[in-house]
Amino acid sequence: MGETITFWVLAVVSVSAALGLVFSRKAVYSALMLGVVMLSLAVLYAVQDAPFLAAVQIIVYTGAVMMLFLFVLMLVGVDSADSLVETIKGQRFWATIAGLGFAALLALGAGNMVFAPAKGVGAVQEAGGNVPALAQLIFTRHVFAFEITSALLITAALGAMVLAHRERVRPKATQRDLARARFTGPQPSPLPGPGTYALHNAIDMPALLPDGSVSPQSINRVLARHEQEDGVRPTDPVKAALVKQVIDKDVAIEEDVAATEAAHQEDAK
Amino acid sequence: MTTHYLVLSALLFAIGGAGVLVRRNAIVVFMCVELMLNACNLAFVTFARQHGNLDGQLIAFFVMVVAAAEVVIGLAIIVMIFRTRRSASVDDANLLKY
Repeated sequence: MGETITFWVLAVVSVSAALGLVFSRKAVYSALMLGVVMLSLAVLYAVQDAPFLAAVQIIVYTGAVMMLFLFVLMLVGVDSADSLVETIKGQRFWATIAGLGFAALLALGAGNMVFAPAKGVGAVQEAGGNVPALAQLIFTRHVFAFEITSALLITAALGAMVLAHRERVRPKATQRDLARARFTGPQPSPLPGPGTYALHNAIDMPALLPDGSVSPQSINRVLARHEQEDGVRPTDPVKAALVKQVIDKDVAIEEDVAATEAAHQEDAK
Repeated sequence: MTTHYLVLSALLFAIGGAGVLVRRNAIVVFMCVELMLNACNLAFVTFARQHGNLDGQLIAFFVMVVAAAEVVIGLAIIVMIFRTRRSASVDDANLLKY
């Protein structure tokens, strides 16, 4: 009875979390939903007489793998939302149809199977419990697969190091180089801080010049971008034009940097 | 109960598969693949209990090891693609097409 209740609660939780993983627009929410699914699966393993797997599921999946996912999300940019452009026409529609059809096929197939009452793993793990019984299997019948696993892990670690390593194509900039670049550039002094000269002390209020106009250099680029993405525009048309100018300049600089990096990599080859 | 567990596993697998087809962000696609692997593990554990031997649990354990290695390599590749192309969308990596 207890198992039935646990199963139904966790089944509802895990299926809705899986749907949330697919449908949430932000990748961080997807990662958190995946964590929920993994935790409920760990409890289901524990219910089904697999305490070792339940512990490994929590340690490896929710501990290591999910942290790796979140770490890479932070590296790649949390706000990288999905593009809504369909490269293949009607792909979303047909993918949904295929998913529903596949779910129906599998669920009906599994639901129509008739099983004898489950034997349970109690009999085979009499000698000391689940972990010693599993260990005996690993180190006797499946010892070769287990050894190959170690080769796989070493290869994966080496591969990750090779893939994530970046060659330094330019010499590291010293303090002297930085100072020279700063004084040959357009602005040797720091940029005007936002809000400090105006009535407000908030970071989203641009600084005012002595004549009362808005200083474009004090507009926070990150906030301006967020405002644009959320569709919030400043009511003052002058300020709105300035914000747009800042964003355009930002995009141009980014494209420029990307082009330079690509050129450097071509050189490196 | 075996049938219940298998149907749940099938549902999770199908949701993961649909996610792989629908989503464009490479990291989310990867998460959906992980969801499919987890669904398979649930089926393995269920069959282990149904048949009364531990081989199913052992295979699930090996699947977890392989999945961990796969995540490490896959995420390293995604980071590398992002570094050169400034995008994590699977639509943008299309140089092999021509």
